[in-house]
Amino acid sequence: MASVQLNNVVKKYGALEVVHGINLDVAHNEFVVLVGPSGCGKSTTLRMIAGLEEISGGEISIGEQVVNDLPPRDRNISMVFQNYALYPHMTVRENLGFSLKIAGKEQAEIDRAVNEASTILALEDYMDRRPGALSGGQRQRVAMGRAIVRHPDVFLFDEPLSNLDAKLRAQMRVEIKKLHQKIKTTIIYVTHDQVEAMTLADRIVIMRDGFIEQQGTPSEVFEHPVNTFVATFIGSPPMNLLQGKVIADNQLAFAEGFTLPVPQEFVGAVKAGQDIVLGFRADNLMPENHALDLDEASPPIKMPIVVSEPLGTETLLYTRLAGGEIQAKMLKPRPVVDGEVLTFHLDLARCHLFDADTQKSLR
Amino acid sequence: MALDLNFQHRVKARLISIAHTVTLFIAMSIICIPGLWIVLNSFRPTVDIMAKPPVWIPRDLNLDNYYAMFGGAGEGGVPVLQYFTNSLIISVTSTLIALLIGMAGGYAFARYRFKGKNAIFIGLLLTRAVPGVALSLPLFIVMAKTGLIDTHIGLIMVYVAMNVPFTIWLIDGFFRQIPPDLAEAAEIDGCTRWQAFWKVEFPVAKAGVASAGIFAFLTSWNEYALASQLTRSTFSKTMPVGLRDFTSEFTINWGGMCALAVLMIIPALVLTFLVQKHLIAGLTFGGVKG
Ligand SMILES: Nc1ncnc2c1ncn2[C@@H]1O[C@H](COP(=O)(O)OP(=O)(O)OP(=O)(O)O)[C@@H](O)[C@H]1O
Ligand SMILES: [Mg+2]
Repeated sequence: MASVQLNNVVKKYGALEVVHGINLDVAHNEFVVLVGPSGCGKSTTLRMIAGLEEISGGEISIGEQVVNDLPPRDRNISMVFQNYALYPHMTVRENLGFSLKIAGKEQAEIDRAVNEASTILALEDYMDRRPGALSGGQRQRVAMGRAIVRHPDVFLFDEPLSNLDAKLRAQMRVEIKKLHQKIKTTIIYVTHDQVEAMTLADRIVIMRDGFIEQQGTPSEVFEHPVNTFVATFIGSPPMNLLQGKVIADNQLAFAEGFTLPVPQEFVGAVKAGQDIVLGFRADNLMPENHALDLDEASPPIKMPIVVSEPLGTETLLYTRLAGGEIQAKMLKPRPVVDGEVLTFHLDLARCHLFDADTQKSLR
Repeated sequence: MALDLNFQHRVKARLISIAHTVTLFIAMSIICIPGLWIVLNSFRPTVDIMAKPPVWIPRDLNLDNYYAMFGGAGEGGVPVLQYFTNSLIISVTSTLIALLIGMAGGYAFARYRFKGKNAIFIGLLLTRAVPGVALSLPLFIVMAKTGLIDTHIGLIMVYVAMNVPFTIWLIDGFFRQIPPDLAEAAEIDGCTRWQAFWKVEFPVAKAGVASAGIFAFLTSWNEYALASQLTRSTFSKTMPVGLRDFTSEFTINWGGMCALAVLMIIPALVLTFLVQKHLIAGLTFGGVKG
């Protein structure tokens, strides 16, 4: 039961700085997901919290206590590794009970805790097997079981689902969410999968190149990305971006003579001559008669379909606009022929404008 | 047509498997027959051993050579038990030391980064390129000056030096296969660095340590060239050196020699047998998803 604070935490490997002074406040019982592309420093950050990696600068506290120099065993944390790191020479039961045994607990108490964990994770049938004789999903559950028997203050997960197939991953995602409801504990969870981040997190922390780009609830970062990086990283398919320029009369001009009015929200925030990037999601660009109600409809836009991807309840349309390839969505889909020209409307109220130089939101 | 093709393949597979068996049989014969011949000869009188043409099928097997070896120290007999004890003390001690150093070194090479790591590693392996005999004279002089000639300690030190590069190399390879995450998981589970090693990494790498141990033991147990230089009396002579006691000016006691050879083979066999359980990669690295 504890909060976690990172204060200007820096990590250097020799001269190479890979984490550049990040600040993060994780509240008690909060589920925080660190997400970002490969190599951005998520694992490094998590490992510093765990005490597996020395901190080159700054301060980490767990439950009000600064833990900079404490070894992992004194931080009362549990960690689930990407490759599970189960002890191959021990049975599932021994794996689960290991931490309690090291702590010198009585056998009866160990048995009770191990049985409780195995019930929560439905591991009863495998208790006497070695990890080598388990499937990927079962190993994953053992790894989680090993983490929960100790009732730690903080759970750390490093891409625990990335070795599972898509179906199992979706299933385990739900399991983890249920687990969090059952055993209220602070969780810090690392993933590079934005879907996992969106579905699991109370709060998402988006990292890039050792910096935190944005943090907020899933809907905040989805609806109000602070820059183009977050805009394209969160959400699937990624947000469409078009390079353009503000011209007179609150108009936006793009390549190939395509123009749009400046969305109401940004009138006054931009001035003529400014280079901008327009961002909008596929969900906000829909063909006529296959759309939701639009709050601020753009003039009709005619676009040829390059490829269509029927997904059942909707169809993803790949089209060309202003020299770029962009994606649109068709609700209540009908079959579409490649090359067919459809008329679209863009919901200007859901558009984002970014500064072309800084890539930051102009909101 | 298809049937034909199937038939051809079946014949081919059959021929290959026969060739396999024959080759294996020949190879195993080359390896095993000298050993069997030694065992056989240890039970036969000299007449039979020296018979020309050789007597393949044993006629008259007895334990005379063994009685002579253990019993008759009087008539030029060889103090076999003393040699056996010497061999055992020297081999076991040097193996244990080589294993301890090998584990420490192998672990360091596998887990830590330090300056000159590769150079040191290659240097270690290069020492194995030097033929041991080439060192016998310098070793002899050093040992003579330090009074270590004809002592257990002298030979133990030599054998440790001989074995350490190899044990480090072998054990390093095994620790390298164990993901560092295992020890980290153990540390998070409450272990100290030391506990994490002994409770998790060591048990997982046991197979490697065991094979390094067998290797080191057999090297020391069988070593002849250096031992023949550095030992003189029954106080420190090992069994390979002791074998020479069976040759006198005019005769060679082949039967006795074979009996001693058998005595030498037995502990090696027993040890290999005991440890092989660990050698078979019984430890699957299933704890981590590969
Ligand atoms: N021991 C090390 N020495 C030098 N650089 C390192 C070391 N470990 C990691 N790095 C660097 O630190 C950066 C961050 O690594 P980290 O493992 O935290 O990335 P990550 O966000 O977890 O990526 P992934 O999603 O691929 O796991 C990377 O650029 C990596 O190259
Ligand atoms: Mg990582």
